[in-house]
Amino acid sequence: MIEFTVWDIFRNLLLAARWTVVLSLVAFIGGGIVGMLLLVGRLSATRAVPGAQKAARIARRALDGYVLLFQGTPLLMQLFLAYFGLALFGINVPAWVAAAVALTLYTSAYLAEIWRGCVDAIPKGQWEAAQSLALNFGEQLKYIVLPQAVRIAVPPTVGFLVQVVKGTALASVIGFIELTKAGTMITNATFKPFLVYSCVALMYFALCFPVSLYARKLERKARHGR
Amino acid sequence: MRVELDFMAVLSQWPLLAIGVAWTLGLTAISSVLGMFMGMAFAWARASGPTWLRWVVGTYVELIRNTPFIVQLFFIFFGLPAAGFKLSPETASVLAMVINLSAYATEIIRAGVEATPRGQIEAAESLALNRVQIYTRVVLPPALKKVWPAMVSQIIIVMLGSAVCGQISTQELSYAANLIQGRNFRAFEAFIIATVIYLVLSIAVRKLLNWMGPRFLFGR
Repeated sequence: MIEFTVWDIFRNLLLAARWTVVLSLVAFIGGGIVGMLLLVGRLSATRAVPGAQKAARIARRALDGYVLLFQGTPLLMQLFLAYFGLALFGINVPAWVAAAVALTLYTSAYLAEIWRGCVDAIPKGQWEAAQSLALNFGEQLKYIVLPQAVRIAVPPTVGFLVQVVKGTALASVIGFIELTKAGTMITNATFKPFLVYSCVALMYFALCFPVSLYARKLERKARHGR
Repeated sequence: MRVELDFMAVLSQWPLLAIGVAWTLGLTAISSVLGMFMGMAFAWARASGPTWLRWVVGTYVELIRNTPFIVQLFFIFFGLPAAGFKLSPETASVLAMVINLSAYATEIIRAGVEATPRGQIEAAESLALNRVQIYTRVVLPPALKKVWPAMVSQIIIVMLGSAVCGQISTQELSYAANLIQGRNFRAFEAFIIATVIYLVLSIAVRKLLNWMGPRFLFGR
């Protein structure tokens, strides 16, 4: 039998942690793009065409429903649905694709909701002033509203990144080999669950804690900086 | 290609789903009560305990908040027996959920506790209340009232997180869905139904907690 030293365990976990990072980044960037599209869709429905009350209401409801759906169901179920749902349509999906799809949608719902709050925090007068300068909807958003919204959006967005990194741990359940799955596999080979899961937890901590601290620092700066 | 969905195959197994729902709600109820009590105690420790205690609680909170729930659960269920603590899946699930919620509850309640006006504590002191009375009767009720929405959201997050407990064969809802799909190979339908039930549960539990908070915890 091959003996595993602590260094072997640590090294293999570290190699697997790369995939946790990759999956987190894919989900975060993908979720950011989809979340942005959702937000702009909602804003353009409510702002772009004055008087189109019905369209505005439908767009608002649709986004609220989307957010409720992803915030009101377990991420694990979303992963299972992506994994088995895509397979149902005859697409043979590898685990990492299903994980990336599910985590992207999950992230997009949270980010759209966070950013919506930030845009809502911009005083109405800013929109009106921009309108009175004859800027069209795209210009209002690009030059007036978004630059201000981004400033308040950065701290909670960075904070949510921690959530995404932790969420990727669930991808282990559908068989994607990232940090947690590697931990399970190494445990099965070494029979040292205490040591292995301690190492796994420490690695997640090493990934997440700096991000948490940075988010908190940004938050403090945003609160006192003005 | 045509996709045929057969929801009846899953729904006919409703007793399994019902047991799953009961377990999910039971786990959530126990862990939210225990987790909240721990959160109240830890919030006190973090806000006004001795320095060493603040440091210990702070480390605990950061360790839990910056690691995934599934790893905490695996550590408790697989790791602790190696160190001599053998736990049933259900006990391990409750323990993991309580620990997880308590860390978040500490931060949430602390935010409310720290917002207590200085004058209220001084007024309580001048009425000769002792430190425990001041914390439980003067500081906590308005603090809980302030942070209740955040607390409710966190309890829901923990409830949804409990889906992971099925992985160590606790018989909660996601485990039931897994069991059903193992019997009839209707994986997609089983998980759709479980997801819908989770959605309904999270809406219902939010309503229930919003109703309960003012009545039983902090008055109106």
